[in-house]
Amino acid sequence: MTVQQPNSFRTGPDERGHFGIYGGRFVAETLMPLILDLEKAYLQAKTDPKFQKEMDGHLATYVGRPSPLYFADRLTQHCGGAKIYFKREELNHTGAHKVNNVLGQIMLALRMGKTRIIAETGAGMHGVATATLCAKFGLPCIVYMGAVDVERQKPNVLRMKILGAEVRPVESGARTLKDAMNEALRDWVTNVSDTFYCIGTVAGPHPYPAMVRDFQSIIGRETREQMQVAEGRLPDSLIACIGGGSNAMGLFHPFLDERAIEIYGVEAAGHGLKSGKHAASIAGGKPGVLHGNRTYLLMDDDGQIEEAHSISAGLDYPGIGPEHAWLKDMGRVKFLSATDDEAVAAFQLCSKLEGIIPALEAAHALARVPEIAARKPKDHLMVVNLSGRGDKDLASVEAFVGSKGR
Amino acid sequence: MSTRIEKRFAVLKKEGRAALVTFTMAGDPDYETSLAIAKALPSAGADIIELGMPFTDPMADGPAIQAAGLRALKSGQRMTKTLAMVREFRKTDDETPIVLMGYYNPIYIYGNDRFLSDAKAAGVDGLIIVDLPPEEDEELCLPALKAGLNFIRLATPTTDDKRLPTVLTNTSGFVYYVSITGITGAAAPDTGKVMTAVARIKRHTKLPVAVGFGVKTAEHARAIAEGADGVVVGSALIDTLRQSLDKNGKPGPGAVNAVTKLVSVLAQGVRSARRVAAE
Ligand SMILES: Cc1ncc(COP(=O)(O)O)c(C=O)c1O
Repeated sequence: MTVQQPNSFRTGPDERGHFGIYGGRFVAETLMPLILDLEKAYLQAKTDPKFQKEMDGHLATYVGRPSPLYFADRLTQHCGGAKIYFKREELNHTGAHKVNNVLGQIMLALRMGKTRIIAETGAGMHGVATATLCAKFGLPCIVYMGAVDVERQKPNVLRMKILGAEVRPVESGARTLKDAMNEALRDWVTNVSDTFYCIGTVAGPHPYPAMVRDFQSIIGRETREQMQVAEGRLPDSLIACIGGGSNAMGLFHPFLDERAIEIYGVEAAGHGLKSGKHAASIAGGKPGVLHGNRTYLLMDDDGQIEEAHSISAGLDYPGIGPEHAWLKDMGRVKFLSATDDEAVAAFQLCSKLEGIIPALEAAHALARVPEIAARKPKDHLMVVNLSGRGDKDLASVEAFVGSKGR
Repeated sequence: MSTRIEKRFAVLKKEGRAALVTFTMAGDPDYETSLAIAKALPSAGADIIELGMPFTDPMADGPAIQAAGLRALKSGQRMTKTLAMVREFRKTDDETPIVLMGYYNPIYIYGNDRFLSDAKAAGVDGLIIVDLPPEEDEELCLPALKAGLNFIRLATPTTDDKRLPTVLTNTSGFVYYVSITGITGAAAPDTGKVMTAVARIKRHTKLPVAVGFGVKTAEHARAIAEGADGVVVGSALIDTLRQSLDKNGKPGPGAVNAVTKLVSVLAQGVRSARRVAAE
């Protein structure tokens, strides 16, 4: 199974938003003119030094960037192999990487003269980041959130409300992230003239996957510099969890063309890949079309989308960003998975060994670290994207552990 | 070479009236009932039949059509059964045009080429695929045209004069004007505005223009039929069908009649319209 690899992995998408066969713009006609406008506005902003400078300013003084690159000493000793570093995205304002992307999109919305912001959210971290920046910039904010997620991520619902956002629980379908995204798209189709849809991951119609990736790539760019300072060279491996794939893409993208660097994405295996109750669209899905793009999706043989299952609301999505789908086919990124049990164990291990309570999402990446690290020599440099902090997950973890009688 | 859709619009033009286009969901609430409804539609006054292909995630549809799709899926509807339903229908009706409407993924998974040849063989005349804009014409639109199926495109209030030619380029059969920016079943728009929009589209194309989204009553259908070449009614029929179901979602003996009764009323509305001189 050898694939012809491209000269560079960093040139995509093409002008129609395709990464190989993935991506594209599969949306209703009502949205098409808006998406074309957005693409134009984004391309202009991207090359406007003023936009970039203003964003850098907010990233420094409001978000708190750069986020540290931290040597996880005790976890390294515990694993007994590679030197493990954490990219501390959980230290960003609002507690996750999501804010990097939201800042960019809200600045773009203002530039386009939009006066109303909508977002979908799973774990609530993207919703909180959107509510936060809408507060900062004085914009009304409506967040669609599956009713199931409203229940299991209560602290974030409260945060959004305090920040002045309206949280609309979504009762359709499985009442999780996928359905929140459907509902946000329906809102957008209805309120086209004044509304900006702030998507929380590297999915959706072009230009979202590329735009969100660009805003998140600051993670990887900083990591390059910080690792140079810390170790005088680039890392040997990268690992991140995958919901839609934005924290992963942000870390990976600046390194894609250093082919010696091993790159791992970790999907949520829920109750186990064989159980049918998981959220691993690469491991258990196939290419299809949903939410504006072609990508790997969980579905039945009639093309009906299946519900994802994960203890982590932020990974509970039956798809994955189209660029990941392409990188998978190209063999550039290796996709692994971690079950609920494994993620919770990693959550506990990281908390006790490093004094850092990770988000359950990030705990999926951490779950695969020990076995990979153990196989590597002591001078192997490994970076784990610590995409968010776990305060929001304390109740879920307690309930999970309680139910297992541990 | 003309399709049943083209023939039907040509006949109606001679009669000087607009078409009543009905939308019902294949498999809602079950295969047999939805087939019985489809078979009863033409004599109740439907000129063109749109059959929904159910999908779990219909991102441009309101609660009524979402629920209809889920009812259909729950009762075991699949793409193969939707195509079988068209074949059954064709055994007794070789004239009423049938348009399949839905989302791309179930077709893509069925296999585009296989779908087009099976649909054509079953007696399908046209396709409306909500999430395939002209930017993705190579996916299914161009192969469909080649296979002899009409590819009917949606034009919306956001489709301005600059964009209309792009939308119309590979459109055939008719143009479906979505009268609101919004999802199916939402509030009806102001008829005056719709007429202006229809006239605008007609300046760009000779194709018939049908108007849908939000049409619920005979009066409303009549008003739209005065300027448009077709009136599409969907959510109202689906709501009527839903109301006829029992607590467990099972159809009672009156299910088919409930739908056809509303269709005849709407057909009277369409037929009583005084058409403004259509050019
Ligand atoms: C902390 C954290 N990490 C990861 C994710 C998953 O999203 P993505 O794969 O886009 O990074 C989420 C989503 O809510 C999150 O909150």
